[in-house]
Amino acid sequence: MLATSSMYPEPRLLMLGDTAVTVEFGAAIAPDIHARVLGFVCALEQAKRRGEFDGIVEWVPTFRSVTAYFDASVEDPLVEGDKLLALARRAQPRSQAGRRWRIPVCFEAGFAPDLESLARAKSLTPQVLVELMTASSFHVYMLGFVPGFPYLGGLPEACNAPRLATPRRAVPARSQAVAGGMCAVYPWDSPGGWHLLGRTPVRLFDVANPDSPALLRAGDDVQWQAIDGNTYTQLDRLAESGRLDRASLLVGEESTS
Amino acid sequence: MSGVVEVVEAGLGNCIQDAGRPGYRSIGVPLSGAADRILLACANRLLGNDPDQAAIEVSLVGPRLAAVSGIVRVALSGKLSARVSRANGNFADLPSWQTATLFPGDIVAIGAAKGPAYVAISGGFRVPRQLGSCSTYARAGIGGVARRALALGDSIACGEVAGDPWLECRGRAPFDHAAGPIRVIPGPQDDYFDSAAFDLLYGSDFTVSRDADRMGMRLHGPALVHRTDKGADIVSDGVVPGAIQVPVNGQPIVLLADAQTVGGYPKIATVIAADLPRLAHLDPGTGLRFAAVSVAEAREAWRAQRQALAAWCQGIVCFRPPGVIDETALSSENLISGMIDAQALRRAPDIDPPREK
Repeated sequence: MLATSSMYPEPRLLMLGDTAVTVEFGAAIAPDIHARVLGFVCALEQAKRRGEFDGIVEWVPTFRSVTAYFDASVEDPLVEGDKLLALARRAQPRSQAGRRWRIPVCFEAGFAPDLESLARAKSLTPQVLVELMTASSFHVYMLGFVPGFPYLGGLPEACNAPRLATPRRAVPARSQAVAGGMCAVYPWDSPGGWHLLGRTPVRLFDVANPDSPALLRAGDDVQWQAIDGNTYTQLDRLAESGRLDRASLLVGEESTS
Repeated sequence: MSGVVEVVEAGLGNCIQDAGRPGYRSIGVPLSGAADRILLACANRLLGNDPDQAAIEVSLVGPRLAAVSGIVRVALSGKLSARVSRANGNFADLPSWQTATLFPGDIVAIGAAKGPAYVAISGGFRVPRQLGSCSTYARAGIGGVARRALALGDSIACGEVAGDPWLECRGRAPFDHAAGPIRVIPGPQDDYFDSAAFDLLYGSDFTVSRDADRMGMRLHGPALVHRTDKGADIVSDGVVPGAIQVPVNGQPIVLLADAQTVGGYPKIATVIAADLPRLAHLDPGTGLRFAAVSVAEAREAWRAQRQALAAWCQGIVCFRPPGVIDETALSSENLISGMIDAQALRRAPDIDPPREK
């Protein structure tokens, strides 16, 4: 899945009905393709600030493409699409666009129903598996599936596994999970087929924060920090009462704010 | 003055919807909003509201709402009806495409709906916006009343009743959506299918399965087979309500208003914006066919639909309900019955239908 990049020589324009288009840079999950996605999003943001593309309501970056959604009254989506494609051709790739986060995760037994079984399947001890997870840097490719759900690349092959044959009916909110070359955190109680290795006390989605309801965004990097059960309980109380400062989770942000 | 209604019977799955929640799809928040934006606009325009104001979407059995304070005017659109029980013991049927004014102690019992239908309120339901919209997205607990469908005991603040509380409005006729096949634009993953699959898509009858909700509906029909060199999986990309996903079994899934924001199945075609409202009316067991159109035809269909809506709104007439005596009209039209001719009233200078904004 994370094999060699297959970036297209030129980005492609795909029609998604008569009110959206997808600009596609490749067909794989690969850092170089995603750098084109992030570069295009950055160019689009700048163009919007200059007053261009005012018929575009919003856009969704994915692993390998950007879908742009038009106002329902758009006159000619093909003309708008061609302008987007021209911008996509010009936009420079951007690899280090995002912020860096250190997010605490408790890997203790009560929070990690699949840690032992995955370790056994990989002929590792649970401790080594946790060390591999916390030593790696993960990259947010996109958010989707449910609000705030981040798809994180960078999972070491030693921690990888296919999805569970039978998905769980209920995954507890804030479970950290791996499957199919990806890592994620479930922001909500939801069904799910990934292997659950731990749980974070951090709320990944806060509907009361309209400027930035999701903690993460495409392009961010994440490192996991192992915490014990007591620390989890303390941080969980803070987070529950809205007193866990998101900024305290940032690592060396380049901006001065 | 503004009023308050209380939910005295919840009905089934009734939820507040408006124009939806654009702007947050990049973090996985669905668009949501009314499954039939045209009918939402009809109900709102009967009240002189903005067309996208928050209303109750009824898909199965509507709620019973009691006016507990102030004056509250309701309007219905779509295939449903209601009964108004007055505090004094009188009652009257309220048909769709019409308004009724409620005073404290009055109760409106909304009946069963066929397809999405709407209960709007003068000035709109005063539900807090979350992420820019009142629309209910219950899966993630966003929007609506207390972040969920209506429940017994919910108390909902309503907007003001502007103007004459004794004057009701109704449409001249139901708003009917265009008939014919559901129109689609091929793609975005049209290259995952060969011409045989497209022949089946455009030439076959599909049936809506029981597996249908606000997120999407699975169809039964001939299997749409993926090209063997492409397969049935893509690296997930953006989707939109109306996208027709084809999983490995070849049975299409049409995404609807609460569609997730990304998906990993190839999308053979996408329903045009003008036909999204019609999709929402297809109950399980209903047959449908698809037809391909160009992007230009899709845009023309959208403009025609807006014109049809504007024409319908132009036809809204106001009238004095039976039992309400309007002395100006009585003297000017020389009528002596309590039953007042709506057309006669419409000519009265003080009675104007709500204006298009």
